[in-house]
Amino acid sequence: MAQAAHDTAHSGHDDHHDHAPGFVSRWLFSTNHKDIGTLYIIFSVVAACVGVTLSILMRIELQEPGMQIFSGGQAWNAMVSAHGLVMVFFVVMPALIGGFGNWFVPIMIGAPDMAFPRLNNISFWLIVPAFMLLVSSMFVGQGAGAGWTIYPPLSDSTYQSGPSMDMALFALHLAGASSILGAANFITTIFNMRAPGMTLHKMPLFVWAMLVTAFLLLLSVPVLGGAITMLITDRNFGTAFFRPEGGGDPVLFQHLFWFFGHPEVYIMILPAFGIVSHILSTFSRKPIFGYLGMAYAMVAIGVVGFVVWAHHMFTSGISVDTRAYFMAATMIIAVPTGIKIFSWIATMWGGSLDFRTPMLYAIGFVFLFTVGGVTGVKLANAGVTVILHNTYYVIAHFHYVLSLGAVFGIYAGFYYWIGKMSGYQYPEFWGKVQFWTTFIGVNITFFPMHFLGAQGMPRRYPDYPDAFAGWNLVASIGSYISAASFLLFIWVVVLTFIRKEKAAANPWGEGATTLEWQVSSPPPFHTFDELPRIR
Amino acid sequence: MRRIFSKTRALSTALGMMLLAGSGAFAQSPPAGQALGVPEPWAMGLQPAFGPVKAAIHDFNDLVLYIIIGITIFVAALLAWVIFRYAAKRNPQPSRTSHNTVLEIAWTVVPVLILLVIAIPSFRLIYYEDRARDADMTVNVQGRQWYWHYEYPDNGNFNFDSYPIAEGDLRPGQLRNLAVDNPLVVPVGATIRVITTGHDVIHSFFVPSLGVQKYTIPGRTLETWFRADREGTFYGQCNQICGNNHWFMPIAVRAVPRAEFDAWAAEAKQKFAEGAAPGWPERDRATSVAVADTPSVEVRR
Repeated sequence: MAQAAHDTAHSGHDDHHDHAPGFVSRWLFSTNHKDIGTLYIIFSVVAACVGVTLSILMRIELQEPGMQIFSGGQAWNAMVSAHGLVMVFFVVMPALIGGFGNWFVPIMIGAPDMAFPRLNNISFWLIVPAFMLLVSSMFVGQGAGAGWTIYPPLSDSTYQSGPSMDMALFALHLAGASSILGAANFITTIFNMRAPGMTLHKMPLFVWAMLVTAFLLLLSVPVLGGAITMLITDRNFGTAFFRPEGGGDPVLFQHLFWFFGHPEVYIMILPAFGIVSHILSTFSRKPIFGYLGMAYAMVAIGVVGFVVWAHHMFTSGISVDTRAYFMAATMIIAVPTGIKIFSWIATMWGGSLDFRTPMLYAIGFVFLFTVGGVTGVKLANAGVTVILHNTYYVIAHFHYVLSLGAVFGIYAGFYYWIGKMSGYQYPEFWGKVQFWTTFIGVNITFFPMHFLGAQGMPRRYPDYPDAFAGWNLVASIGSYISAASFLLFIWVVVLTFIRKEKAAANPWGEGATTLEWQVSSPPPFHTFDELPRIR
Repeated sequence: MRRIFSKTRALSTALGMMLLAGSGAFAQSPPAGQALGVPEPWAMGLQPAFGPVKAAIHDFNDLVLYIIIGITIFVAALLAWVIFRYAAKRNPQPSRTSHNTVLEIAWTVVPVLILLVIAIPSFRLIYYEDRARDADMTVNVQGRQWYWHYEYPDNGNFNFDSYPIAEGDLRPGQLRNLAVDNPLVVPVGATIRVITTGHDVIHSFFVPSLGVQKYTIPGRTLETWFRADREGTFYGQCNQICGNNHWFMPIAVRAVPRAEFDAWAAEAKQKFAEGAAPGWPERDRATSVAVADTPSVEVRR
């Protein structure tokens, strides 16, 4: 971890010439990385309200066998698709990348702002109409019910007629453009705007995580853009990229989608890796163990993550030798991931652990990510995936790494940095209550799904054979606890701003060594009047 | 579930005559002693294996499951120890250790070795599962919105559709969302080559207890195989989102002795020529418990 020198002049925060722009120019035309980061976080919480509502509707439907609240399969399909897309593109990515990334990458590298502030503004304002398009697609016509993976021919105009699928595709296009612009901005910022002495090998791990994430976005999202453009022309202009009757191939779409889709899952988890590393180090009052190994493990995950995509297609008829390759490549990812897990434990080993809310979330992350990771090792084996592909086992696996991994990363980051971002410290008691209800709720929700999947329950079913009723009821009860804990989180946020307990510049003590803890809470408008010098 | 079936057996016998009256009528509850590949309430593991592919999957699954449970317990134990031993009140003075080359090499190399232990049987398994070396017969499977279409090219080239049975039409013993009107009938112990083709959108032919799953993709012809080693009925469901009734296109594979299969195929071929569906094998239709309870394989034809 980079040791930040405190000898630069940060003492005079009060006479900082902070300009105070009016509401419209500050929040609508904002070019300030912190304000844009705040907008992203608010946006993410709003989108999470939608995404959580959708998941609760799903769990109400699945609580008992038989159709409960949905009129039919298409309405259900539209909703599960929207749940996936909302959570991936409008909750996790905006919170981790747009929110925490924007807020803390410039501060951690000692830069006054992002390299392209106006691009940053456009990135945010593209994602708002994207979200509106996606949400309204649920209410137009039959809804876009082809799953978040939008495989043709089901996503073709024959099977999803009407404008709702096109709206969802345009939503993806806008969100993708937003991500590409954001990624270019992060890469430029990190490569060019580091403070004197902040070499790549002194960069905080969160910045490393964002750098790798930005490269993944830049290389993978254009492929999604190409795929959905072809889908749009197939739907509307008579082309046949994915239509076999015109010489096209539905499997081509799967390759293109997963060439994007697999790096995408690392896009969602790498920033959480970065956040967790900082939190474990801070609350153990110890430097990160194996800093270089941690940084290059993320680089390795990013690189290998690009050559494993077809493990999502083991039953799509790719040849057995191809399956053998993708299986081997996928299992290799367990090695850098293992390095990270053990380095996190070694970071805590010998430390002096303070169990504040962010630390609880970070420790919870390490354990639950391990659970999600080992089931990933199992799913990497094409031989056993034959009976687990598309079952609830897969649902359990990816919710353990995302809903319990990435989302724990978001919660951890929020509690860690809310004092810094708002200037007000969260209520510790309610934070801990919120952690425990979340931890219990998500485990009750998702652990039984392993059993359902092993027994062969397919995903995207609004109704199921009666034998699956028991564990589905348990999962539904768990999801209500999780939803209650989300409401509790909103309550914590409200309480934070009602109590207005002033946060110190560094409320966490000597363990917090990165640059953001050396400026006031909240930091001045341009953070640094004079570039900090890193020893 | 098997217990439920034995309870309903008397009822099925009573209903037998009534069922015989209806055209294409049958009782789907398998007689005692037959295998039933279905999910079980509150079950936590895989469905039982009724064929060599699934048995091989079970062996491999057990190996990986033990390894990943071991890893999870190891990580949990380390975390528990760290939380206990290095809490601020027990360890007020943190160490400054941030490197240990031996440890770092160890936790890179040991996972590689574990992965090797997994990978070797895993490669063997996928090549075994890939395709049948000496298939006894071929069935063509096509997923359609929202039913299954089966063809028997080796048995007179007849074909038929397999529809789910709506909840209101279920007979006692039939399983909601799993029962079908015409099962895919195969001979016990025969190696079945499955050729899947697409028709409208992508579906997935998935029978957990036989260890078989393959997409049915428009414009593609894919191959897989299975073998049912026990007489019985093996259920599955469409496993790739395919539109409105994705959840309501179950699969039933009925394995019967060879002679019974031949009789069924001959009858099915004839029925198909007349435009009727083949239905279940003779014995299932009659629900003749007496015949089913005798271990013999002869057919009353």
